[in-house]
Amino acid sequence: MAKQMAKDPQKTAVTTKLEVIPANALDIPMFQVLKEDGSVHKGAKLPDIDKELALKMFSTMQFIRVLDERMIAAQRQGRISFYLSSLGEEAAAIGSAAALEFEDMIMGQYREQGALAFRGFTIEQFMNQLFSNAKDLGKGRQMPVHYGCAALNFMTISSPLGTQIPQATGYAFGQKQSGDKTCTLCYFGEGAASEGDFHAGLNMAAVYKVPVIFFCRNNGYAISTPAHEQFAGDGIAPRATGYGMKAIRVDGNDIFAVYAATQEARRLAVEENEPVLIEAMSYRMAGHSTSDDPTGYRTREEEDARRIREPMVRFRNWLVKKGWITEEEADAQQQSHKETVLAALKKAETVPVPALEEIIVDVYDTPTQALYDQLEELKTHIKKYPDAYPKTSGGVK
Amino acid sequence: MAKMNLLQAINSALDVAMAKNDKVSVFGEDVGHFGGVFRATSGLQEKYGRSRCFNTPLVEQGIIGFANGLAAQGSFPVAEIQFGDYIFPAFDQIVNETAKFRYRSGNEFNVGGLTIRTPYGGGIHGGHYHSQSPEAYFAHTPGLKIVIPRNPYQAKGLLLSAIFDPNPVLFMEPKRLYRAAVGEVPEDEYTIPLGKAEVVQEGSDVTVVGWGAQIEVIERAAELAAKDGVSVEIVDLRSILPWDVDTVAKSVMKTGRAVVSQEAPHTMAFGSEVAATIQEKCFLYLESPVMRASGLDTPYPLAHEKEYFSDHLKTYEAIKRSLNY
Repeated sequence: MAKQMAKDPQKTAVTTKLEVIPANALDIPMFQVLKEDGSVHKGAKLPDIDKELALKMFSTMQFIRVLDERMIAAQRQGRISFYLSSLGEEAAAIGSAAALEFEDMIMGQYREQGALAFRGFTIEQFMNQLFSNAKDLGKGRQMPVHYGCAALNFMTISSPLGTQIPQATGYAFGQKQSGDKTCTLCYFGEGAASEGDFHAGLNMAAVYKVPVIFFCRNNGYAISTPAHEQFAGDGIAPRATGYGMKAIRVDGNDIFAVYAATQEARRLAVEENEPVLIEAMSYRMAGHSTSDDPTGYRTREEEDARRIREPMVRFRNWLVKKGWITEEEADAQQQSHKETVLAALKKAETVPVPALEEIIVDVYDTPTQALYDQLEELKTHIKKYPDAYPKTSGGVK
Repeated sequence: MAKMNLLQAINSALDVAMAKNDKVSVFGEDVGHFGGVFRATSGLQEKYGRSRCFNTPLVEQGIIGFANGLAAQGSFPVAEIQFGDYIFPAFDQIVNETAKFRYRSGNEFNVGGLTIRTPYGGGIHGGHYHSQSPEAYFAHTPGLKIVIPRNPYQAKGLLLSAIFDPNPVLFMEPKRLYRAAVGEVPEDEYTIPLGKAEVVQEGSDVTVVGWGAQIEVIERAAELAAKDGVSVEIVDLRSILPWDVDTVAKSVMKTGRAVVSQEAPHTMAFGSEVAATIQEKCFLYLESPVMRASGLDTPYPLAHEKEYFSDHLKTYEAIKRSLNY
């Protein structure tokens, strides 16, 4: 086995036995440390996580859950145009981000707000983006949840699916060339793994041996499309073998398993230049976004059955049993997050949209003359009809 | 006749086509049981089965490549790309394959049965990636037909023509009007010819050309102009490729002035082609240069959506520039 002679077709090993490789030749189990009740599997090794880190991870989880819940409500109230929850997948994002070094680049899909919060994105920064206001780092240009922050090594989110996958390979190639011992972690869903960019990105990473971790959140759904209509094989992890890449399948709802898996993947990526594909098994407990209603494509019974495996209670039970937090402290922390989130929401809501002049900035490094001309024309127009453009007319002189 | 919104009219067209010919199938991301993210394919899987209305994996290049193959085999695939903004992974399949299938094979093979449906356009708080109007990229591609309806009646009649047209058609649906546009639509089959423009409103002072959701914008601008005593003739191209030069030229020769109003960024939008053709065909009749109201030459920004948009006021101003030149 593992001869891999096919790289030179003339040297392919010969057999006289007609063998059809079964489609399920790889049957990859899911790595788990914590059982659903939060107790540790017999013989399982806990990753080396101290109290401070564990509590930071837990607090981030609680924060994200509060943020998601509040902003879904805010969208329903018409205060923001769109939102996308990570409910049920917090451990996958936070556990993996926690295993990285701060200098490592993260390229998200759009459901990894937990990773960004762990990196230190403040509630004010979240809110400014969500309200597309003048303080948003992205200058109010993208839909809510399309965060990005160069200072936190978190690449700005783009809606088209899977485009970040080959980009992660390229970014990691640059990291390897510069010799700075960092890696890139690239998140995407099992739906996005159907895109051609997935193939391109993984194949190139394996060929070039770059320090990249492909982190697939297999949450069972791409909007309404269940995983069994997305692929016929055993999920995403086995595909790595075809590319000549290492793979780990992990319980995405077990934050310790995710942490340990990502830590090992990072070691392989940075120390051995081995790209790794991690498939984190989870469940998208919320709808795809505020634009869809899951009752149109799945049952309450299914959701209820999956709810008992959700990641936060599991982690909380472990922390309480360990004596690192009490139930009361955990509740108080959640309450405190609620207050912080609400206060920040109210503040961000009152910040005006970016100045009209920003509209032509960043198309190129400096605006072209044609863009300046269009801006002048637009200003003249707005001055003529100030009531039709209430968000910007006040600032047009 | 029944009252339908634009989505219901699309759904009705698909229903009629699937009932008429069992080689018509519809597919795309979330198109099956869920009926698509906009619900354009609601109920079709229940009615025609999972082999004729189904979900695809999430891969646009695959959807169109698959559809090309299916069409080459003699079927009438109606492939949905969930948003026009996400059509670009399929650009190679559309531009190099769909559009050239017949020509490159000397008509040994063709994919004439193919129809690609995709929502386009802004005004729904969609930011960069749920707002674009990419028709001009495709209009640069001989071998494709491009159709854009403005209301439910047009949508059903044009879609039925597109599905059974012997050429591949890119059918772009104005998503801003999906639920907003409501009108009387026949429940049975009817068709509206491809490649033919329609004079939506007759007028004598200036011709305003547009397509899709922009027609509604132009109508509002024309109302403003009418208050100034200006009589606007509105021409809906309905088809971008091939487009009805004769109807436009005839109108401009009558009015002596032309304006194009379009959603897409100004530079190289389809209006550029319209303007160039008008000056070729109507030069001696023109009282002023062809004016354009367009989106800005920037990506589509969320916070400044209103400012970016080529709305009725900008169209009205373009009409005035044309008249006061």
